[in-house]
Amino acid sequence: MNTLLSFQDVQYHYHTISGETQALKNISFTVHEGEFFSIVGPSGCGKTTLLSMIAGLIKPQSGALHFSDSLKNNPSGIGYMLQHDQLFEWRTIYKNVLLGLELRHKNTKERREAAKELLRQYGLEPFQNSYPNELSGGMRQRAALIRTLVCDPELLLLDEPFSALDYQTRLTVSSDIVDIIKQEKKTAILVTHDLSEAVALSDRILVLSARPATVLRVMDIHLTKQGTGAAAARRAPEFSAYFNELWEELHGKEQ
Amino acid sequence: MEKNNRQSPEQILYEKKWKRNRMLNRSIQILVFLFFFIQWEVTTALGIVDSFFFSSPSLIMKSLRTLIKNNGLLMHIRVTLLEILLSFALVVLISLVIAVLFWYFDRLSTIFEPYLVVLNSLPKSALAPLFIVWLGTGMKTIIVAGISVALFGAIISLYTGFKQTDEGKIRLVYALGGTKRDVLRKVILPGSIPLIISTMKVNIGLSLVGVVIGEFLAARCGLGYLIIYGTQTFKMSMVITSLVLLCLIAVLLFVIIDLFDRLINHKKSSA
Repeated sequence: MNTLLSFQDVQYHYHTISGETQALKNISFTVHEGEFFSIVGPSGCGKTTLLSMIAGLIKPQSGALHFSDSLKNNPSGIGYMLQHDQLFEWRTIYKNVLLGLELRHKNTKERREAAKELLRQYGLEPFQNSYPNELSGGMRQRAALIRTLVCDPELLLLDEPFSALDYQTRLTVSSDIVDIIKQEKKTAILVTHDLSEAVALSDRILVLSARPATVLRVMDIHLTKQGTGAAAARRAPEFSAYFNELWEELHGKEQ
Repeated sequence: MEKNNRQSPEQILYEKKWKRNRMLNRSIQILVFLFFFIQWEVTTALGIVDSFFFSSPSLIMKSLRTLIKNNGLLMHIRVTLLEILLSFALVVLISLVIAVLFWYFDRLSTIFEPYLVVLNSLPKSALAPLFIVWLGTGMKTIIVAGISVALFGAIISLYTGFKQTDEGKIRLVYALGGTKRDVLRKVILPGSIPLIISTMKVNIGLSLVGVVIGEFLAARCGLGYLIIYGTQTFKMSMVITSLVLLCLIAVLLFVIIDLFDRLINHKKSSA
């Protein structure tokens, strides 16, 4: 399997006038092409810092972050989905989806056609001229994903994109989103604090400690799923064993 | 949202009730208006209230006619309107430019914010005499007075609004490869249109206040001048007629901005 990116002994500190906070400490791991990779850890441990670093919004203060050649040479190779859908309520769904193209100056007829095709494929065509407040939470999330996919990224960063949804919607939307990502053959890095979500969706899970974040371990997940959908992964026989393992890793063994 | 075309009896009843309520409120509003003017007319006619001091609706109508004929009332209205619109337009323009600069350059806003707060809390009518000394009596002074009343508050509310823009949206633009200029053009400005319109609604009123203050002190024409002239010569009908006209101007300007607001929102929801 080809390596898409790797962290090597990365450190990062935040500075405020009241003091210095270490967010990342000796972080090393690799992400392979085509896998669904999750990062879990206690809240505030520096998961979002990691994603910001991959997205190029901040730079490691020591250590190094290596990208594959294709990522290095492609500025729109990394797509970022944030907490909440962040759709602009003053733009139609279609215009929202084009935002990335506008910002990367790639708003060509060809790309616009591709955007329309994605909207059609994922059932948002009837809503392309609607405003975000006319859509359900799940549809909004799907629109946000299409906004990311339109730029044709190799790697998708998902920063708790489902955290604002209620539990029911969350289950269906997350499996929906993962299906789309698999279908488009993208690599994805998901940050979440929902352990069952991480087990259900991922190929591998990176477990971080509380701040300053260090790598506790990387877990491989192999579920024997019967059928598809949100429930299938959670019904897999290995599911609860993985979940418990992850729980113990983060909280210590129950007495 | 799905809408039922065949309405249930409960829905019909509800709509009837809603319409009746609205009718009732409207009627009472109009009745209050009529009552006020009728009692004004009657009490002055009966001599309970002295129309020399308080004028009366019929005297206002009479004074309207004579003012138009003898004093060029239409010219006074035109001057006041022009001054209000000019100072309003300048307030909107200057406050937008400064608020954008403040948002763009953090250091600028950090340094100037305390000065802005002081200027905003200063009673602007106290500045008007200074403007007369600096700029003379005339339209220039009056427009500057109009601007001074509204400007600082407008800058503060626009800048504060810009700062309250959702961090997530800004982060998204950066994550999609945008620059600070893109954040301004794609997020801050389009996202602040409701704020800009509500600031405009406040400012049109404040510009009117400032212009009238200016006219009190430094004008040879305009409705504010007529009010001062009227009180000095004890022509109370002239004063009250001018007041009523100012009232009408205020309503008119507010309605124009409200229509503008609705036009924008309508375009958004019907597209």
